[in-house]
Amino acid sequence: MMRRLAPGAALSAVFVIAALLSFLWTPYAVDGMAIANRLQPPSAAHLLGTDHFGRDILSMIMVGARTSIAVALVAVGIGMGLGVPLGLAAAARHGGLLDELIMRGNDLVFAFPSLVIAILITAIAGPSAVNAIIAIGIFNVPVFARLTRGAALALWSRDFILAAQVAGKGRARISLEHILPNVTNLLIVQGTIQFSLGILAEAALSYVGLGAQPPIPSWGRMLADAQTMVAMAPHVALMPGLAIVLTVLGLNLLGDGLRDALDPKLGEGRA
Amino acid sequence: MLRYALNRLVSLGLSLIVASLVIFLVVEVAPGDPASFMLGINAQPDTVAALQAELGLDVPKWQRYLTWVGGMLTGDFGTSYTYRTPVSEMVADRLWISLPLALYALALSTALAFPAALYAASRRGRPGDMAVMGATQLGIAVPNFWFAMLLVLLFAINLGWFSAGGFPGWDDPLAAMKALTLPAIALALPQAAILARVMRSALIDIMAEDFMRTARAKGLTRSQTLWRHGVRNALIPVLTIIGLQFSFLLAGAIIIEQVFFLPGLGRLIFQAISQRDLIVVESVVMLLVFAVILVTFLTDLAYAAVDPRLRRRA
Amino acid sequence: MNVLSVEALSVRIGAAEILRDVSLTVAPGEIVALTGESGSGKSMTALATMGLLPRAAEASGEIRVGGARILHRPEAALCRMRGAEMGMVFQEPMTALNPVQTIGRQVSETVRLHKGASSAQAKELARAALDRVGLTEIPLDRYPHELSGGQRQRVVIAMATVLRPKLLIADEPTTALDVTTQARILDLLRGLARDEGMGLLLITHDLAVVHGIADRLAVMKAGEIVEAGPTADVFAARAHPYTAALFAASGHRASLTSRAADAPLLSVDGLDQSYALPRTSLFGARPRFPALKGVSLEIRAGERVGLVGESGSGKSTLTRAILGLETPDRGEIRLGGAAIVPGATLAETRADMQVVFQDPYGSFNPRHRVERLVAEPFHLMADPPRGAARQQAVADALEAVGLKPEDARRYIHAFSGGQRQRIAIARALITRPKFIIFDEAVSALDVRVRAQILDLIARLSDEYGLAYLFISHDLSVVRGITTRVLVLRRGEIVEEGPTEEVMGAPRHPYTQELIAAAPRLPEDQARTEESHAT
Repeated sequence: MMRRLAPGAALSAVFVIAALLSFLWTPYAVDGMAIANRLQPPSAAHLLGTDHFGRDILSMIMVGARTSIAVALVAVGIGMGLGVPLGLAAAARHGGLLDELIMRGNDLVFAFPSLVIAILITAIAGPSAVNAIIAIGIFNVPVFARLTRGAALALWSRDFILAAQVAGKGRARISLEHILPNVTNLLIVQGTIQFSLGILAEAALSYVGLGAQPPIPSWGRMLADAQTMVAMAPHVALMPGLAIVLTVLGLNLLGDGLRDALDPKLGEGRA
Repeated sequence: MLRYALNRLVSLGLSLIVASLVIFLVVEVAPGDPASFMLGINAQPDTVAALQAELGLDVPKWQRYLTWVGGMLTGDFGTSYTYRTPVSEMVADRLWISLPLALYALALSTALAFPAALYAASRRGRPGDMAVMGATQLGIAVPNFWFAMLLVLLFAINLGWFSAGGFPGWDDPLAAMKALTLPAIALALPQAAILARVMRSALIDIMAEDFMRTARAKGLTRSQTLWRHGVRNALIPVLTIIGLQFSFLLAGAIIIEQVFFLPGLGRLIFQAISQRDLIVVESVVMLLVFAVILVTFLTDLAYAAVDPRLRRRA
Repeated sequence: MNVLSVEALSVRIGAAEILRDVSLTVAPGEIVALTGESGSGKSMTALATMGLLPRAAEASGEIRVGGARILHRPEAALCRMRGAEMGMVFQEPMTALNPVQTIGRQVSETVRLHKGASSAQAKELARAALDRVGLTEIPLDRYPHELSGGQRQRVVIAMATVLRPKLLIADEPTTALDVTTQARILDLLRGLARDEGMGLLLITHDLAVVHGIADRLAVMKAGEIVEAGPTADVFAARAHPYTAALFAASGHRASLTSRAADAPLLSVDGLDQSYALPRTSLFGARPRFPALKGVSLEIRAGERVGLVGESGSGKSTLTRAILGLETPDRGEIRLGGAAIVPGATLAETRADMQVVFQDPYGSFNPRHRVERLVAEPFHLMADPPRGAARQQAVADALEAVGLKPEDARRYIHAFSGGQRQRIAIARALITRPKFIIFDEAVSALDVRVRAQILDLIARLSDEYGLAYLFISHDLSVVRGITTRVLVLRRGEIVEEGPTEEVMGAPRHPYTQELIAAAPRLPEDQARTEESHAT
């Protein structure tokens, strides 16, 4: 059980700490250009090398972690904040008009992949990190709404919910007191998964220019900048990519580990 | 079965209508009038008005919506504000890159995931399973466009087996497929990892079912049980994921095209956004959403084919 | 020669000893019952016989089926035996069949696998097998979900016997079925054993089932066979104390003090309730299934009433309606004169009525402590006790059901099934209600625990002057705990009267059928034994 939880938590922690640290200190300033130093391979002075403007890649990655984590975290927050109440409400009135409306609305949002939402938003409001958050967040809403509804529906058929009804408790109160605590584990696990997917989505949006705009450093844009230089200086493309892979890997391991730790019924072997 | 299909068809139509309304409304509230944008800030009001009339922007919104939807139904997507050419032509060319790319990737992802999942599920908890699971854990974490850059670095720049980008056209289908191969692999691998994990856990869930024990009691071996009774039941959750993956792959194709300089829908839409060519944005987005909704519909039909409980006897 | 002989079989999984020194035999055409409470090792013995022990299990001893050794036999050779030499039928017919394959294909698969028969030949044999188990009307191209539970169990039996194996193992084959269906399935199994000379190893927790069918009987407890022999002998002797206890508990009747009928407490008048079914046409109104048709009943204060019905009779719908969880289409429910209307019932009225459910595992929120679980109905009281008074009330309720006040601090997973039902009763008692519905409240429990809970219910009903409606599919349980009984069939009450009268001389044909179908222990023996045990 600890096999995945510990390395997952450690990897995730490294990037969160790097992001927080970057507010106080980075090895080099990320806005200073030093063309003389451009495209240097990793060395003692620049552990991960420098980019085409001579900026220190390690410093850029630390500041970029800030953008990635912030965007993904807020987007998951939006998804949970809207999706969980919707899912609970739909399950509480299963088969009713509200349930039908919520599920149809969900189906509709599922027809718009987050990139398409981002394209639409960008078409109106122009590209920015905030718009990326909104696009990823909107896409997260049906994910959490469905998950919550499905789990809640299973709980609503259990006898202890019937017992609470017999004790005179209303649907809203039962949802908060009995349903929500019993779906929390599931939400935590899905939350880490959506968090890691959010980091991937932010990177992709920034890569195609729909996410964070200069001068805010972001892993996706670092990769976009590196693309033309891949042949000359592979490390410029490798390092930010590795940062993404390790962060997402860490979060996924953390999610798996949490699921096993929180729910002993789910054995080791599950995906 | 027919009733079920009709039911799904009605829901498909409703989704399309609502989706088109949403897209139209979102794009309509966009600030900035395309006509004044195209003519620059110093344009004379009457020139702007004339251009608006030419673009069909001077009529009430509901009328423009109907014209837009009506046009699309007949294959007329309107005229690009920027290039003054029919959008349908621009889209048709690009679609023949993005769509085959997404389908190619879907086929690759399925072809990779199924054997991996069967292998892992039948060796649950043993080293083979752990290895597959570890690989998929990594595969899920890799951003496809970065993986694409690594593929270019290795196979195009260092080994020279593939060209680093561009598209030769479909005149030579073999060359075209070759040009799409690296992008398809880049797209498919992370999706294959997800699919393999879902399918493995579906298979493991199925293996715990009572009817699998019944099958063993009949004298089927473990692997016969898995093949004859497990796979088809496991397909039910897997189909959902395959359906969802198509929309991810289509969206992913738009991004991957940037890495390989493929002139697909991605290039078209990003250009259109920067030029405020809203009719193109609107149409391409509608096309993408249509594809996703259509695939959802096909997934629903596939469910019924796999699961007899969905098709009720009349 | 015996079709099955098990000698000194021991099975362990890790450090846990699952079976110890188990020996038994089954001769051709003989029916041998293996009985015992849950966890006694009955099913593990069956799985060992089929060579289907879990991977981690280590077995020693000897199992022979038709002379062939099972333990340590290579898997491929075992596969050739399963389905051909030995077949197995499982408890849960709803999940034992592959939902996405036709029944014809599933039955013929056994044939094709072992005989390499052509698809036409296999189909023919499958047809014959289905005919033999009484499914002559059912075409081969049906899917499992199109059949009833009893029909599915017949398909499973056809599948296991299509190649006429020497040995058939049936693991609780009728436990999930209604009593009338159970009787028919048992008849079928007996016929197969007698007519085809097949040895039948029948695993069941129900001594009454054993009595009706088995030639010989082995009683298991904690992985060991504690008593074995011809059924009649074991039933007469009951040499081992455990066997004696099982018998006593199986026929257990709580002692019910007679009470003068009081004023009416609950009245249900002309209750109609129907449910919408899935649409059959695109436009027409959804058809409705009538779950209750004009149900009327009355329960007096302190009265102990039983309600007997098979699955689909409308038992659960009636429970939900009385509890005020669903609005009936028509009719009226009153408790102590006040109307029960979903969402509009006075809290004081609701506090007078509580419920105990069947499933000891699903009845409690796993995240709350017992204290909070038991105190939940306080929600109904205008001025519930708080602080120390509340703790005292919970402690009193727990002590009343035979638990300790300290148990209030523990979580529900720390308790066994029987203890959980005690906690459920404590929860029902906390508001000092006048009326409790017991909805299959002892059906999930082993016989000995069941007997204790029945005694508890009888005692509390006396102490608190409680009236109750005891709902069950099990006639013998209802007989032991109620003084008046109602028989519900397809949403209608078809018979009603004093329990002993209805059970002794049923008037309605349906009740007669139910009582005839119910497996019975030899009455006098169970009775005398009980007087010894108590």
